[in-house]
Amino acid sequence: MSIVSLSQVSKYYSKLIALDKLDLDITAGEILALLGHNGAGKTTTMKLILGLLRASNGSVKVFGQSPQNNHYFSQQLGYLPENVHFYENLTGKEVLRYFARLKQAKKQQVQALLEQVGLEDAANRRVKTYSKGMRQRLGLAQALLGKPRLLLLDEPTVGLDPLATKDLYMTLDSLRKEGVSIILCSHILPGIERHIDRAVILEHGQLVATGSLEALRQQACLPSSIRVQGNWHSNELQEALRKQAVTVTACNDEEIELQILSERKLEILRYLLNRTDIHNIETHDPMLEELYVYFTRRSMCLPS
Amino acid sequence: MSAILIVALKELQDALRNRWIISITVIFVLFAMGLAYFGTAASGQTGFSPLSTMMVSLASLAIFIIPLIALLLAYDSIIGEEELGTLLLLLTYPLGRWQLLIGKFSGQVISLGIATLLGFSLAGVLILGLAEDITASELIPAFALFIFSAIALGAVFIAIALLISCFVNEKSKAAGFSLFVWFLFVLIFDLALLGLLVATEGGVGAHFFPYLLLCNPTDIFRLLNISGFEASQVQAGLLSVASPELLSTKILVSSLLLWIITPLSIAIWLFERKNV
Ligand SMILES: Nc1ncnc2c1ncn2[C@@H]1O[C@H](COP(=O)(O)OP(=O)(O)OP(=O)(O)O)[C@@H](O)[C@H]1O
Ligand SMILES: [Mg+2]
Repeated sequence: MSIVSLSQVSKYYSKLIALDKLDLDITAGEILALLGHNGAGKTTTMKLILGLLRASNGSVKVFGQSPQNNHYFSQQLGYLPENVHFYENLTGKEVLRYFARLKQAKKQQVQALLEQVGLEDAANRRVKTYSKGMRQRLGLAQALLGKPRLLLLDEPTVGLDPLATKDLYMTLDSLRKEGVSIILCSHILPGIERHIDRAVILEHGQLVATGSLEALRQQACLPSSIRVQGNWHSNELQEALRKQAVTVTACNDEEIELQILSERKLEILRYLLNRTDIHNIETHDPMLEELYVYFTRRSMCLPS
Repeated sequence: MSAILIVALKELQDALRNRWIISITVIFVLFAMGLAYFGTAASGQTGFSPLSTMMVSLASLAIFIIPLIALLLAYDSIIGEEELGTLLLLLTYPLGRWQLLIGKFSGQVISLGIATLLGFSLAGVLILGLAEDITASELIPAFALFIFSAIALGAVFIAIALLISCFVNEKSKAAGFSLFVWFLFVLIFDLALLGLLVATEGGVGAHFFPYLLLCNPTDIFRLLNISGFEASQVQAGLLSVASPELLSTKILVSSLLLWIITPLSIAIWLFERKNV
């Protein structure tokens, strides 16, 4: 059963089209990344799912209900808004306690979450004195209160240090194993590939591509790039590669860079491994960032 | 714990945290004591004035500051959270919008209630101890009525402030509207009524006129507090047009309640439809 299902959803702000006939489905235990340029409609999508906005057209269903009836499921929901702010005059612990009471979460969870996000030392200081990343951590703790079955995280890694980011992704991985569905949007793409099941790329409110990393790679047919280091004295290697119809993008006496479609990658690697004048091979497959650039560029070239 | 109670307790916690309750209490004590002692200074004497004079001046003072304090306390309740961004979050929580509003209202009324009760009770005790010719048996009922009606008056303006907070889209506008409401009910309304009375040379039916006073919560409050004192009729000014038979305490109290329920209901209605 899908936890969230959007079909043909459009959202207009007077004349501006924020979302245009979007279809989206999320099943239990799935992590979906919403990607897109600023103003693409990511936050709007989340607000529609949360019932904070009403769709102009189309249907939104969350846990099989209309999100306007969110009292049916709001206890199973966790939300981290973008640019989160809290009551400046309360301490981090007091803020979290207030939200925990409202969500009818266990009291002990407050302390546990503060430790989980690494705020135990700052828990008794006023939010006024928190750094940006500390506020973001408090926001995350807030989103994890209770036992959410659906998490919506709007740019969760903004302001987090590298370790906290890693911890967050680990937390998301373990939540997914428990069957929690997660929608997150982010502009920081490197590093999230391994943690998401599916990416949805939006552009001006329209879906331009969706699928797992593998599926997106196949759709895009982007070449992998290979860098080879060694010492050769002639252009012999370059010639040999050209003969095998490999694109050489840069070449000198110590280093050569080539691009190759993924179905021929192993064949070329085997050839390279058999040569004795090669010290090192680095391969790089197209990652989310390259795929994102590819899909958004492509849709820019298409007539709309 | 019910959601309303949780929100109300949070409001109370805020009011304690920013020393709001304590400062208002101190202000109330100082004003009440000052009025009680210097109330007769205009006629060339100092010392405690008779209870009737004291109650009239206390009521006049309360009309100025209680609405102001109530508006100040509540004008940013909703718009403040909206600008902070926490409103968005709260609306995804398992709590109805009306519960949030009622919770805020209750918490703010309780905060103002505590300050009013503490401040004026303390003043009453001090007056009893210091003034020789005022007895507990006359002071206690007068002060009890005063404190009760002052809290009700505060609740009226908290409800109005919440209403303002629901329909504006900027905090500064809420402040502007609140100031306007204060001017309207505390200054303009009575002047306009007086003007009407003079312009028509009392032609607005004497039966109809007193009811106009019910359109202003501060006048209701004043009527409630001075009706018990014969001597005060002289100082009552405009209010003397309303004879006690015409506007019984029951009518006055119910109009004050209506003045709480109406803005609050409109606020809920607006907030349920508000886009955030
Ligand atoms: N309240 C609003 N009134 C009018 N237009 C709005 C409103 N909120 C959003 N929009 C418009 O809707 C479009 C989508 O906005 P949205 O906030 O969903 O973008 P986003 O993908 O989250 O962008 P970002 O990456 O910058 O957070 C934008 O063009 C924005 O200007
Ligand atoms: Mg956004």
